[in-house]
Amino acid sequence: MSMFIHFWPQLLEGLKITLGSSLIALVGSLILGTLFALLEISHNRVLHLIGRIYVEFFRNIPLLIIALFFYVIVPLFAAKLSGFTAGTLALTIYTSSFIAETVRAGIQSVDPGQMEAARANGMTYIQAMRYIVLPQAVKLVIPPLGNQFVNLVKNSSVLAFVAGFDLMYEGNLIAAQTFDTFGAYIVVGVFYLILTLPLSYFMQYLEKKWNAGSGEREASALANE
Amino acid sequence: MSMIEFHDVEKYYGKFHALKDINLHIDNKEVVTIIGPSGSGKSTLLRTIDGLESISSGQLIVDNFDLADPHTNMNKIRKNVGMVFQHFNLYANKTVLENITLAPLIVLKRPKAEVEAEAHQLLEMVGLDSKANSYPSMLSGGQKQRVAIARSLAMKPKAILFDEPTSALDPEMIGDVLDVMKKIAKQGMTMVVVTHEMGFAKEVGDRIIFMDDGKILEDETDVKGFFEHPQEPRAQEFLSKIIH
Repeated sequence: MSMFIHFWPQLLEGLKITLGSSLIALVGSLILGTLFALLEISHNRVLHLIGRIYVEFFRNIPLLIIALFFYVIVPLFAAKLSGFTAGTLALTIYTSSFIAETVRAGIQSVDPGQMEAARANGMTYIQAMRYIVLPQAVKLVIPPLGNQFVNLVKNSSVLAFVAGFDLMYEGNLIAAQTFDTFGAYIVVGVFYLILTLPLSYFMQYLEKKWNAGSGEREASALANE
Repeated sequence: MSMIEFHDVEKYYGKFHALKDINLHIDNKEVVTIIGPSGSGKSTLLRTIDGLESISSGQLIVDNFDLADPHTNMNKIRKNVGMVFQHFNLYANKTVLENITLAPLIVLKRPKAEVEAEAHQLLEMVGLDSKANSYPSMLSGGQKQRVAIARSLAMKPKAILFDEPTSALDPEMIGDVLDVMKKIAKQGMTMVVVTHEMGFAKEVGDRIIFMDDGKILEDETDVKGFFEHPQEPRAQEFLSKIIH
């Protein structure tokens, strides 16, 4: 308890960094992941291949390696990146490869008749995706996406390795200063829970809210029989 | 004037020869029914007209557009040719009204008030205006199909293609859907209907086509005559099995 009070400013600073990095990576990886999912399902072979290579490459190497690449290698050839930038960039790219797979599976589990009807109705491929297929896919991917987001928050601890001043970084410092390793990491763990539990519950809430429609669907399907 | 023209059309799925030497002209305002056993190529033929299936060789002209020409913009054809599917394919994330208004709004870019007023008239016509704000999941199969017909009519097409529109319906629901189709036929719509409803073919069709094994075996304007005296042995066999 005394650790909370004593190191409150440092922990709060770390929490802010973790939260900031996670938020940026969440939005970034969602956009990037959706984009690469669309490439993966493209009928154009080149686009499809680009999508596949991106996903298979980044989801199959450790996040730490991507982070160190941006923190150590990139500065040798281009601009120097801060630990925060390098870590957040790595986190965004790494997570986007998982999100791409999730979104791709979501799009492909929407009945192909929906796309067909939209095209037959005169819509372009992009209009059909935007108005008909993607909105239906979003509902399907909410639960797996929730898992990805929780993982993302935890994975943001990679910032500690590239001097990103996040929660884990502060935790390491406190542990080194006080020699109370056990206490320091318990406190840090509690701070992660403060971020991940509400996120987890929020995603469950979205899932329930958006599934209300399909509940009606089942009820009416039964009524029709 | 021909609305739809097939010239020596062939279609392969890999090695499978789905359409064989199709030659067919369908005029404006003609109501053509296509019958035949499963796997005979009826649905494939219909789907090529809307570009949902490509053709392997030959020429297919729809509304003066050449479908085999890669420069042809399919969306222009689809604006003028509607399609009604066996499994309805209503947009699950849109209400009944939105299902009907979406394409006129975003494809034709027409004003919302006008499009919605027309959509209500169409729903009135198919007897479902009370369901305007329901989602497709809350409708029965017959209701869904009537909404799907209203959706394709909302684009004011020159022709509508029906791909077994009553095959997925309970017998009780079929009548309502056929009644709507009869109304549209009377209004002078060009219709191509793949169906197993021989009653509809007899009563409404101007012309009947019998297909088997990817080929058009009979093409008759004397529809009643076809049912009484089919020429091809394969057609005789087919009819004797389905008409008791």
